[in-house]
Amino acid sequence: MQLFTQVHKWVDERFDWTKLTEPLRHKTVPIHKLSYWYFLGGITLFLFGIQVCTGLLLLLYYRPSANEAFESVQYIMTRVHFGWLIRSIHSWAANLMIFTAFLHMFSVLFLRAYRKPRELTWVSGMILLFLVLGFGFSGYLLPWNTLAFFATKVGTEITGQVPVLGHTMMVLMRGGEEVTGATLTRFFGVHVAVLPGLTASLILLHLALVQKFGMSLPPSVAAKAQVNPSAVREMKFLPNFLLREVMAWYVALGVLGALAAWLPWELGTKADPFGAAPAGIRPEWYFMFMFQSLKLIPSKVFHIDGELIGILAFGLAGAVWVLLPFLEGNREKRGGTLIRGAGVFALCYIVAMTIYGYMAK
Amino acid sequence: MATWRNSALLRAVLLGAALCAWASGSRAQTANTCVECHSALDPPLQVTEARFAQDIHAQKGLTCASCHGGDPTKADMDAMSKAAGFRGKVERSQIPAFCGRCHGDAGFMKQYNPGLRTDQFSQYQTSVHGKLLAKGDTKVAVCIDCHGVHDLRPASDTRSTVHPLNIARTCSLCHADAAYMKPYGIPTDQFAKYSKSVHHEAMVARGDLSAPTCTTCHGNHGAAPPGVDSVKNVCSNCHVFQAQMFEKSAHKAIFQSAGLPGCVVCHSNHEITHPTDAKLGSGPEGVCMQCHTPGDKCDVARTNMLAGLTELDQSIKNADRLLGVAESSGMEVSEARLQQDQARDSLTKARVTIHSFQPPLVHQDIQAGLTIAAKDLQAGKDALLERDYRRRGLGIAVIFIAITLVGLFFYIRSMERSPARG
Repeated sequence: MQLFTQVHKWVDERFDWTKLTEPLRHKTVPIHKLSYWYFLGGITLFLFGIQVCTGLLLLLYYRPSANEAFESVQYIMTRVHFGWLIRSIHSWAANLMIFTAFLHMFSVLFLRAYRKPRELTWVSGMILLFLVLGFGFSGYLLPWNTLAFFATKVGTEITGQVPVLGHTMMVLMRGGEEVTGATLTRFFGVHVAVLPGLTASLILLHLALVQKFGMSLPPSVAAKAQVNPSAVREMKFLPNFLLREVMAWYVALGVLGALAAWLPWELGTKADPFGAAPAGIRPEWYFMFMFQSLKLIPSKVFHIDGELIGILAFGLAGAVWVLLPFLEGNREKRGGTLIRGAGVFALCYIVAMTIYGYMAK
Repeated sequence: MATWRNSALLRAVLLGAALCAWASGSRAQTANTCVECHSALDPPLQVTEARFAQDIHAQKGLTCASCHGGDPTKADMDAMSKAAGFRGKVERSQIPAFCGRCHGDAGFMKQYNPGLRTDQFSQYQTSVHGKLLAKGDTKVAVCIDCHGVHDLRPASDTRSTVHPLNIARTCSLCHADAAYMKPYGIPTDQFAKYSKSVHHEAMVARGDLSAPTCTTCHGNHGAAPPGVDSVKNVCSNCHVFQAQMFEKSAHKAIFQSAGLPGCVVCHSNHEITHPTDAKLGSGPEGVCMQCHTPGDKCDVARTNMLAGLTELDQSIKNADRLLGVAESSGMEVSEARLQQDQARDSLTKARVTIHSFQPPLVHQDIQAGLTIAAKDLQAGKDALLERDYRRRGLGIAVIFIAITLVGLFFYIRSMERSPARG
């Protein structure tokens, strides 16, 4: 304890640490019946931290080439001490992170935390969600197994359908006309350098905005607080809320460990670019709703390519979703109802299409 | 009466064609008036333009006149006059020689298909079909019976009657017809038997066009039953190692002196089913005891070899089962899975080595397979031990996590109850 006080004093004298962390000590978190939704952002951040740590460990052995990628992951899982645990946790944490990121987005939407003055917090959060999906898409190919190879082939083909720039984007992603070792190298670069850099910067911005504007009160709680300010209690962020958040992180860690031990992430068989695509090629679950929707659209709709319509519709929906706070504007009551309705529809659509995608043959 | 009616119809059609030619005022020199008339006739004289267009000869630019003579540019009966070189229908007994005029001329065939053999006619003359035809038996197969006529397709075309997938059925048109084959006194169950064979399964079910069909063993144009001495040579075209081992074995001389046809003795000919280890057994599928006496030296050797094969087969299955359990528990055992293929290769090799009828050689292969299967079984056991170790580790980690959570819970509660800190 003596040592900790001395170190703190040493840092404080040089960097004015107490003043720097002053806002955090004054930061409070409202306590109400919906407070537990506040933990989702922190859990997503914790899982991102797990991804960075396990990713760095995997980097020690992983080799990003078509000839060695599969074998290097196999080596990690069979020869490296606790390699199986690190690889499994990395794969499971990736999926859990995407899941909690989606939950976080919908909780913010339904609690209407995106409203003025938090519009940019929402926008930065949405971009982070897209980046997380980018992590999923680029990381899926890296073990160079059959399923990942063909799913990436389908995924990049869909990108190629985008009007005007589609083909160029596809070639840029693939490093050529086909999915090859060049694609793997690109995806690796994007996965371990470009996306982490962008994500880390945006997380800092996102956290700074959260710190700046504080925790949002849901409209129903805010209305009560307006009538009776003492009705909504608060707790300090440091240490009360943070310790509760740590508890949530521990639970997440336990779940990750259980998944890694009971359901280790499979490696499958090595990709054979000249082999036939196995039956039932599907993307990861988080892209399933889009994949299934594109499958259901007829090949031609009013002489226009059906897939193109689907891609444009999802592109438009994504853009609208990013700009939701600006669409609500000052029409708080009517706009809020509309956005809540859109949120319920989107949630139901994603869940239903995902289930349908897995059940359809 | 029918001939008169056909003739009258032919004249009417030719007259019509002539009138059309007159009405149109001119006719291209390359026009084929044969098809115009023959498409309106009844079979067998009917040849439609659509049918003839499918024929490889038509596709290569040959016309009716190339075989039948005559002048297809003439619009009346002059087209079929002797003066125009009309040859008419080729006599059945003359067909092989007739086709051989072109197909036996390497210089002529080179311009159409330089890769095509030109010895079909000479081969045919050595065949049972050819020999009988030479003796005046016109019931035997000639070129058109197998290849068709007027819509003759190359053998590479899946619709061709001589495409590998269709050959057996084409041969069966005569050879499975008991009434037709009666004068020859040969069996007619070859096609029925072949349809149950492993070769037919490979050809039809697996689509392996290199699998044997009638012509692979009997020859095509020189078709003849392989004699007792040449059976081994026929089978050894594909089953090279088995033949080499049989050649060096004691059975060769014994079979030869007894006039037994090698491979066929144990495996039969047309109904060759997938060989199982039961062939070595003493049960109904067993073949050794058809000649050997129970308790003799060979019976003991047979029993030992069968026991070895059964042991290796069982060891591979045991290792497979354990690796399957490990795999379904999420353990990575692909390396052992790959090794299992080598153990299976050893089993296959041992089964091939049976044809040497030398137990030490067979046991050498069996031992190699058993060593690999034992390693793979151990790999499966290790994987399951590792799985249990991981699960125990998880249990300990969960206990620590739970203790930490409880500790945090009480720490937060005590902190918030204390007015100075809460």
